[in-house]
Amino acid sequence: MARQLYWEDIDIGSEVTPLPRIVSTQTLVKWAGATGDFNPIHFEEAFASKQGVGKPIVHGALKRAWLVTLMTNWIGDNGTLKKLSCQYRGMDWPRGMKSLFEPEEGDTWWCKGKVTRKYEKDGEHYVDCEIWLENAKGEKTTPGAATAVLPSRG
Amino acid sequence: MIPEEAAKLIGKADAPVVFEVEKGAIKRYADAVDDRNPLYWDEEYARNSRYGSIIAPPGFFGWPLKWTGAGPLFVPDSVGNLTLEAMSKAGYPYILDGGAELEFMVPVRAGDILIGSSKLSDIYERESKGTKMVFCILENIFTNQNGAAAFKVRQTIICR
Repeated sequence: MARQLYWEDIDIGSEVTPLPRIVSTQTLVKWAGATGDFNPIHFEEAFASKQGVGKPIVHGALKRAWLVTLMTNWIGDNGTLKKLSCQYRGMDWPRGMKSLFEPEEGDTWWCKGKVTRKYEKDGEHYVDCEIWLENAKGEKTTPGAATAVLPSRG
Repeated sequence: MIPEEAAKLIGKADAPVVFEVEKGAIKRYADAVDDRNPLYWDEEYARNSRYGSIIAPPGFFGWPLKWTGAGPLFVPDSVGNLTLEAMSKAGYPYILDGGAELEFMVPVRAGDILIGSSKLSDIYERESKGTKMVFCILENIFTNQNGAAAFKVRQTIICR
């Protein structure tokens, strides 16, 4: 993994290193198989339409998993994620597939975040972050929060 | 109005379910998320890390068999499923995942045996843009083979 982040390296307002994500219909199939979420709202057009979401939508829990990656990439292997929460406020729809392996051209999503609080508790060095997933229009479809413990140089 | 059929399920819990955290399942999950951290699949890298062995990404608890990431929604007769059925009969047929709060206590490792239990902790009504929605809160806790609570998930399901 990348260089280890230390508690002394960050301050309130520091940016969590942004993480780009592309989601295709193939991604949704992989996610369904890996997690056992076989709700047809994520793979059947007619069902999704009847449920009032238009076309099959991206799983909320997949978006949450991306936010976990955002945090674990940033805090590094010696940081510890303690809490993570998010709300699925806006729908996201996947790209189609151009070939066996390649998605069509289209939207890219970004996981982003910033530090809102930095403190010591029980001898550990904590950081709270505001985190979110934003779509290609810059709308935060999945806002959330995370708490992590970082190693200290002190 | 919260339908009585659903309201009477508040506080009800499912029988605990056992999950064996398989290495292959961790790898498939990390692949689906496109999380390239070698802690989740590279034995040697993981051995030399502070964890000493392969771990699961926070939030994953092994091969789920009909459980969703945060609740046993598709298990017949689970409290989650009974709640959604009651809501559907009462005129709230549309279900959306509202969000989740996760808390991580100890790492989940490949080979762990987790016991998951799920409880319907609350149901409440909200109105948004003139539409009545009912929020169902499911709480799941996963304990490992050493008796340690590994992580908790509090999930919000929206019925409208």
